Amino acid sequence: MAEVVVKVENLKKYFPLRRSVVEFLRGSPPRSVKAVDDISFEIHRGEVFALAGESGCGKTTTGRLIVKLLEPTSGKIYFNGTDVTTLSREEEKEYRKKAQIIFQDPYGSLNPRFRVYNVLEEPLILQGIGETKSEREELIIRALESVRMVPPEEFLGRFPHQLSGGQRQRVAIARALILNPEFIVADEPVSMLDLSIRAEILNLMEDVKKRFGLTYLYITHDLSTARYFSDRIAIMYLGKIVELADSDTLVENPLHPYTKALIAAVPEPEPSMKDVIKEIPIKGEVPSAANVPPGCRFHPRCPYRFEPCDKEEPPFIEVEPGHWVACHLYSKR
Amino acid sequence: MPLLEVRNLKAYYLTSRGPVKAVDNVSFDLERGESLGLAGESGCGKSTLGFSLINLLPPPGKIVDGSIKIDGIEVVGKPDEELRREVRWKKISMIFQGAMNALNPVLTIGDQLSEPLIYHQGVSKVEATERVKEHLELVGLDPDIYKRYPHELSGGMKQRAVIAMALLEHPDVIIADEPTTALDVIVQAQILNLLKSLKKKLNLSIIFISHDLAVISEIADRLAIMYAGEIVEIGPSENLYLNPRHPYTQKLLGAIPRLKKKVERLEFIPGAPPNLIHPPSGCRFHPRCPYRFEPCDKEEPPFIEVEPGHYVRCHLFAKR
Ligand SMILES: Nc1ncnc2c1ncn2[C@@H]1O[C@H](COP(=O)(O)OP(=O)(O)OP(=O)(O)O)[C@@H](O)[C@H]1O
Ligand SMILES: Nc1ncnc2c1ncn2[C@@H]1O[C@H](COP(=O)(O)OP(=O)(O)O)[C@@H](O)[C@H]1O
Ligand SMILES: [Mg+2]
Ligand SMILES: [Mg+2]
Repeated sequence: MAEVVVKVENLKKYFPLRRSVVEFLRGSPPRSVKAVDDISFEIHRGEVFALAGESGCGKTTTGRLIVKLLEPTSGKIYFNGTDVTTLSREEEKEYRKKAQIIFQDPYGSLNPRFRVYNVLEEPLILQGIGETKSEREELIIRALESVRMVPPEEFLGRFPHQLSGGQRQRVAIARALILNPEFIVADEPVSMLDLSIRAEILNLMEDVKKRFGLTYLYITHDLSTARYFSDRIAIMYLGKIVELADSDTLVENPLHPYTKALIAAVPEPEPSMKDVIKEIPIKGEVPSAANVPPGCRFHPRCPYRFEPCDKEEPPFIEVEPGHWVACHLYSKR
Repeated sequence: MPLLEVRNLKAYYLTSRGPVKAVDNVSFDLERGESLGLAGESGCGKSTLGFSLINLLPPPGKIVDGSIKIDGIEVVGKPDEELRREVRWKKISMIFQGAMNALNPVLTIGDQLSEPLIYHQGVSKVEATERVKEHLELVGLDPDIYKRYPHELSGGMKQRAVIAMALLEHPDVIIADEPTTALDVIVQAQILNLLKSLKKKLNLSIIFISHDLAVISEIADRLAIMYAGEIVEIGPSENLYLNPRHPYTQKLLGAIPRLKKKVERLEFIPGAPPNLIHPPSGCRFHPRCPYRFEPCDKEEPPFIEVEPGHYVRCHLFAKR
């Protein structure tokens, strides 16, 4: 049995919505955005666990909850068996060292007034690591080398705007690595990058993972990179995980109608489609997370819906070993 | 005669630090009803080429040399007044990168779409309304969207409205600059289907700009690859995707993660695209090219036809 690093249990995050004047006067109950709505999963040591889905489905919120940049509405998060939702201040500081996050936007995630040196020194100072300046410099140089920014001395004095998009993202990875973490949440780390650098960053993340024995939560809207980079993939839709399986199974044998539609929609770089109107099995777009449909939240768009779908929430069941799906088509009745 | 004929086009941004050679010596043709994909890394000049074609380069951009003929009319050097009357939006129009997020939030969709017709074309209000509603329907929207504000529409609906806007004056060519980049994959597939069906229905020519070669493959009859302001390879899609010749094209295709095929290790292109004020001498790709040999850093490679209609700018294919 693989060792569990992160365990998420019935995690929820609701963001309250401001009521309009009319709603207030009518005394309507306050509404909320159900960004993450009761999800559970485990991430094993040494694996890359992908959380994939369309924008707004709750991926980033989940990632931020896990590294404690957000407080959950309810639910539990365990790290190496310890509940991190109830940590003392000291324990929390320790946790922030072990669990790092890399943000989506390499342009916005680095302070524009910090030189590369300061970007990397800041976490060391916050964590009180490295007694002297020269000790810290040593760590900074090693971190830059591990993301192949060589010679490091050439980059130390540069500001983010003096780096390419790929170099910025490498600095962000170096900043995550410098505290020697066990676990990294990578939130769309390559979405903003050109194809030609994307592969470089993913390969680099793979290499540092092997070298430092890391575990990743890889957040992405791009199933192709998820398959390339991850061991298992969880598909989210409107705050819920609708399907979870190892990457190959999920892509080759998807069960949930939503997963099937996502996979059908992904373009392949082959010119055979150019005169064909592609069959897209589902219609419309994702509804707002402030207005979650009853029963199965996918039912209004589902081509296979039948009688229970608009009433009962489908349970998350294990259809074959390690392959989970939340869909009435697969519920035993 | 091709519908669009571009020859030796140079469009530079004349900055105080020197000219940024964003489009340098670009030539290609586009036939009626044909789609051309335009791909390349960020900053290689794709949007600049698009702006040049409709003569709307943002300052300090300027067409410094070359020729653009649309339906036989030379547009380089033509007074703006005439361009507006005869060419822009009427023969060639553009869907700008990010346009769906640049819709005016205080105007209804109907007002934003009909205003240019009323003010620039002198169309009556009634007729403009009629024409806008027709075009909303053409792009698969409910004509009642006319009365809605942008924030009331989803991303896919906004992108459809922007496409309708580009079609209002019945252009022959439409330049679509990253029209699906900000969209989720299912909506992206819907928009690609829409563009494909419009192309057929209206016999429209499309220049489809994207950095995403997988997306382009869904629509392009021909493909052009840009690098550092130049087209380095152009030809029928089948040839480029299945038998790419330029080392840059080969590398780009090798860097694409595939969903339905397991790839062990993706390739990448070390280094970064060059500064376009001082591009490298000889072949602009030579500093990153694994196959470079003696002429590459000295002589600019010619554009060589390697098979009918398939051109490559690379010394590897030069007859010597
Ligand atoms: N107004 C401007 N002044 C000076 N240089 C500019 C200006 N606009 C663009 N450039 C430069 O011209 C080059 C080409 O830019 P362009 O926007 O055409 O690229 P692109 O291929 O469309 O990139 P992307 O994929 O990021 O949209 C870049 O080097 C860019 O920095
Ligand atoms: N701070 C916040 N306040 C209110 N709503 C939020 C906040 N952060 C996220 N949301 C909403 O929660 C939902 C999930 O968002 P997010 O986790 O960012 O999705 P993803 O990363 O999958 O695109 C969306 O509807 C989003 O608008
Ligand atoms: Mg996100
Ligand atoms: Mg552009």
